[in-house]
Amino acid sequence: MTDVAETCVQENPVERYLRMDRIPHIWCPGCGIGTTVNCFARAIEQADVDLEKLAIVSGIGCTGRVAGYLNFDSFHTTHGRAIPFATGLKLANPDLKVVVYSGDGDLVAIGGNHFIHAARRNADLTVICVNNFNYAMTGGQAAPTTPLDAMGTTAPYGVCERPFNLPFLAKSCGAVYVARWTTYHVRQITKAMVEAMNKDGFSFVEIISPCPTLYERRNRLGSGLDRMKWFKENSVIKNGSDTRNIDIAYQQPIICGKFVDIDRPSLLEVTEAKIGDIRGKQRWADVSRRQKKSIEQTE
Amino acid sequence: MAGYDSGSIVGAHYLDGDHAASEGAIAAGCNFVAGYPITPSTEVVERLAWRFPITGGTFIQMEDEIASSIAIQGAVWGGAKAMTVSSGPGISLMMEHIGLAAMTEVPCVFVNVQRGGPSTGLPTLPAQADMMQARWGSHGDYEVIALAPSSPQECFDLLIHAFNLSEQYRVPVLFMMDESIGHMTERVVIPPSKQIKLVPRRFTKLGPGEYLPYRAGDDLVPEMTQAGVGHKVHITGLTHDEQGYPVMNADCQHQLVTRLVDKIRNNVDKIAFYHEDEIEGADVVVVTYGITSRVSMRAIRAARQEGLKVGHLRLVVVWPFIEEYIRSLAGKVKALVVPEINLGQMVLEVERCARGQCEVVLVSHAGGTVHNPQVIYDAIMEAGR
Ligand SMILES: Cc1ncc(C[n+]2csc(CCOP(=O)(O)OP(=O)(O)O)c2C)c(N)n1
Ligand code: SF4
Ligand SMILES: [Mg+2]
Repeated sequence: MTDVAETCVQENPVERYLRMDRIPHIWCPGCGIGTTVNCFARAIEQADVDLEKLAIVSGIGCTGRVAGYLNFDSFHTTHGRAIPFATGLKLANPDLKVVVYSGDGDLVAIGGNHFIHAARRNADLTVICVNNFNYAMTGGQAAPTTPLDAMGTTAPYGVCERPFNLPFLAKSCGAVYVARWTTYHVRQITKAMVEAMNKDGFSFVEIISPCPTLYERRNRLGSGLDRMKWFKENSVIKNGSDTRNIDIAYQQPIICGKFVDIDRPSLLEVTEAKIGDIRGKQRWADVSRRQKKSIEQTE
Repeated sequence: MAGYDSGSIVGAHYLDGDHAASEGAIAAGCNFVAGYPITPSTEVVERLAWRFPITGGTFIQMEDEIASSIAIQGAVWGGAKAMTVSSGPGISLMMEHIGLAAMTEVPCVFVNVQRGGPSTGLPTLPAQADMMQARWGSHGDYEVIALAPSSPQECFDLLIHAFNLSEQYRVPVLFMMDESIGHMTERVVIPPSKQIKLVPRRFTKLGPGEYLPYRAGDDLVPEMTQAGVGHKVHITGLTHDEQGYPVMNADCQHQLVTRLVDKIRNNVDKIAFYHEDEIEGADVVVVTYGITSRVSMRAIRAARQEGLKVGHLRLVVVWPFIEEYIRSLAGKVKALVVPEINLGQMVLEVERCARGQCEVVLVSHAGGTVHNPQVIYDAIMEAGR
């Protein structure tokens, strides 16, 4: 008989990136968040990142718990504010690779202002948004991503508002990388995460994910598995699509792909070019005499 | 301090309180400031935006005060010494993150150049009406430290002290200026950086695996780390154990929250300081802080000229409050007179600590200007009769 150790994989290949002392996690069976974390663990192996220098920042929500399961410097901040926390972290310590990992409500409802400004200033962040079309952690309320007519606990007759088209929002604000996939597309998610992390500036990956406990149940869309089948059959891959045309409508095909991959100087690049080495090396002694004098005179 | 070469301007300068505070931040080794413009605090960030590229700091104007108040906390975990600056409406927006800083024990400074409120209130005019907000503004039980400078010189000196306290106790420190101090221009003397004592961050020497980010020693203050040095910490605003992991139960809540509170309450004597002037044998003691201390001095001098024994107790650190001191003082005097530019805030603390042993007289002012010293004088004379 063959030795068991030879035939079995002893360690799950992603385990080393997880805080195994915190497993089991809180996510429900069939939830898509874990799938995305699995993709992320594989992506960091392929991406050009120093794992010692990787920091994960989450807001609050089911997705916000991701930071707590990843075995890196990880920060579970406040609802909606992962991006400004991450902006400060990155600016103070540019050697870090800072990834924001959070939910749709967190990033684009309460955190929407930070989202658009981080994209505008091309902050050196990778933002991963798990879009489950609702506020899951608080029990399935409607979010600014819930498709028109879909139901949530706070929209018992169906949502009356048009949702955000997140790739369009990110692109129009200045993101240098924008992709959307569903949790069915695990290989594509991983690739998108790798590409996003390899960019300088603001990169954004939206992952459409099932929340079988709340969104799918309330809208009678079946189990997590049913939802995966639906994603498989109803997602249309259109790389390079004009993001204006990829709105999500209730139970209509979801357009996936990579939509933006451009280069534009990042916040750090622009700042450093403009002010020289502002990271603490340039000191009073380096300042030109004229500048010194002008400071003295104004006192 | 090694690594905190401040790039300060040294010598005598003619500065307003806002600019002096900016220089205090630089001298304190602050190298990250996030802010959003608001009168009467804007000059602080304007000056830092101009000065930081020279001193090696980073200034970023965020999209709002909510963002500013958490960007500084990200920066601290990146290894920076960080501060944000605002006034009334902006400070109200920051409250959730003062709680986050208290809960996650992030050393940082929040400067509040107070203006008249509530709401938009009096943007260009002074008040001292955020004193209770400073103490209680975020939800839950927690402690902070708050200082009240009363001159541009103190805006410089005490801001350095504010940073030192924040590092020593790993708490957010609120720096309670007001419009009149912020916009008052006076001589400010800046010592050479060698003469400025800085409390360095209490970085752990423990390696990965040994270090627990929330295990505290006898002083109840855990050692710090930063991202990217291998500790792989998890930091959360949820109730957490010594490892920093969320634990949702009453035991953990009790342990954590009592420690957060006790690390300040047990050290009031070390943290809180004040200036005493002729307290010994006084019949009436005027208890003041901030700009009102200076206005009161005229009234106190006039009352002394009338032969009244008037003492002056000026609070420099206003939170934590010097409970024991006030309690014993109240047993020795006829009255404590408390002038403040609000309708009664710190006076509530004085009253509570006095426990009915003496009269406590509020001299209130709704804000918009400082007191007329005559009003304070009248209150002192009345109390001393
Ligand atoms: C300031 C504030 N408001 C509200 C909440 C309550 N809350 C917690 S999570 C959440 C929604 C999370 O939704 P989303 O970001 O989509 O994450 P999901 O749970 O769906 O993954 C809300 C409203 C909070 N924690 N803080
Ligand atoms: S409530 Fe929804 S999003 Fe949250 S863990 Fe359960 S399935 Fe996932
Ligand atoms: Mg959601």
